Amino acid sequence: MTTHTINDEQLEFLLSDLLEWYGYDFTDYTRASLKRRVNRLFGLDKFVSFAEFRYRLQTDPIYFKRFVEQITVNVTEMFRDPEFYSALRKEVLPNLGTYPMIRIWLAGCSTGEEAYSMAILLHEHNLLQKALIYATDLNPAVLERAGRGTFPLAYMKQYSENYIGSGGKNDFSAYYTANYNSAKFDDLFRSKIIFSTHNLVSDHSFNEFQLILCRNVLIYFERNLQAKVLELFDNSLESLGYLALGSKETIDFTSIAKVYKRIPGQKIWRKRSS
Amino acid sequence: MNCEALFIGGSAGSLDVLLKVFPGLRADISFPIVIIVHRKRGTDSLLSDLLASRTTLRVKEAEEKEALENGWVYIAPADYHLLVEQTRTLSLDYSEKVNYSRPSIDVSFQTAADVYRDKLICILLSGSNADGVEGLQAVKAQDGRAFVQHPDTAQVPYMPAQGAERVAIDGQLTPEEMAQFINGLNT
Repeated sequence: MTTHTINDEQLEFLLSDLLEWYGYDFTDYTRASLKRRVNRLFGLDKFVSFAEFRYRLQTDPIYFKRFVEQITVNVTEMFRDPEFYSALRKEVLPNLGTYPMIRIWLAGCSTGEEAYSMAILLHEHNLLQKALIYATDLNPAVLERAGRGTFPLAYMKQYSENYIGSGGKNDFSAYYTANYNSAKFDDLFRSKIIFSTHNLVSDHSFNEFQLILCRNVLIYFERNLQAKVLELFDNSLESLGYLALGSKETIDFTSIAKVYKRIPGQKIWRKRSS
Repeated sequence: MNCEALFIGGSAGSLDVLLKVFPGLRADISFPIVIIVHRKRGTDSLLSDLLASRTTLRVKEAEEKEALENGWVYIAPADYHLLVEQTRTLSLDYSEKVNYSRPSIDVSFQTAADVYRDKLICILLSGSNADGVEGLQAVKAQDGRAFVQHPDTAQVPYMPAQGAERVAIDGQLTPEEMAQFINGLNT
């Protein structure tokens, strides 16, 4: 354990400073997780005092970029929770196929693994040519990596297993080109994904979608912010569109719950017709 | 001293201990019990169902933003870290594995120590890695109480033995002693 850590009071000061200095609002993030990550960075970068840490953040915008990248959680996988993707294949894509143009928003896309998974799914259902995936994250650094469409080759075995678990029938390795230690996914997929920064805390709706996916993002938000973000999604979703959340997240007991119907057994809700 | 929360962590060989201890727990436990056990993804409801069948206490899988209630048993879901907030609610986190583990016992013990301080009791059971040991250190740093399963009684003694070696623990418990010990914490 590091001897110097940031306490609860210092964390509160820091959060209001960051809002003032950079306009990034973390004040409605759940504290235990946030505190752990801030302290992890504090130890990793060998700060000796809170004052030094605060001064660095105030005076060095490049270090603030690192801060954002390090305190947000960017753990993700292709075809994570295979049964979720299986439900998308069976319950959601057949309905999306009836639209002339399919718009999908993937909020909190991190390094892009889910965006490419979604593109593969659409491709296999012959829907990719008329689809557009808007993949957003508050963190520019992860978007830059996402845009390359290149992931560590060592992960492909797990991703391939996930893919098969999701009902994938093709040879997963045909979708990428292996090069040294990395796997570069076909440009066909990349060409249908728009990566862009969007901060769920402060930015507004930017389009109307038939499917919005936001998995394992709301768990880091306090209840009031969760409610606000769910309203943002509701305002961005066409009627009869779908909203997909992480396996431990729900819209139950929120203001939007009454206009949605859940797909049984899945964290996917369909908006009722208005 | 008052016990305001009991956290129990374990890995390989810990399920048998819990199944042995649970039937002996009194029905009016005066604090929440939180269980963090390493296990595979996709086995979620199995563990809570299994434990619920051995006790009259109410057992449930922990949900995010859920308030910790006295007399309830909360099971950490597979593949998420389980954290405690100052508001005495639970939160989930899908960050990197800690000690190759998610849920990590260290993460839960450390955040619980931050909240319950000297009113926290933690027990580390059988297991094959050292997850939970730094958590016990955090408990002691806040003057909480730290116990391990007696390594001689553990199917896999490494985890409790590391706890006993690296932490100024308050004692070692055999599975036979544990239910009575926990009942004795009641206020």
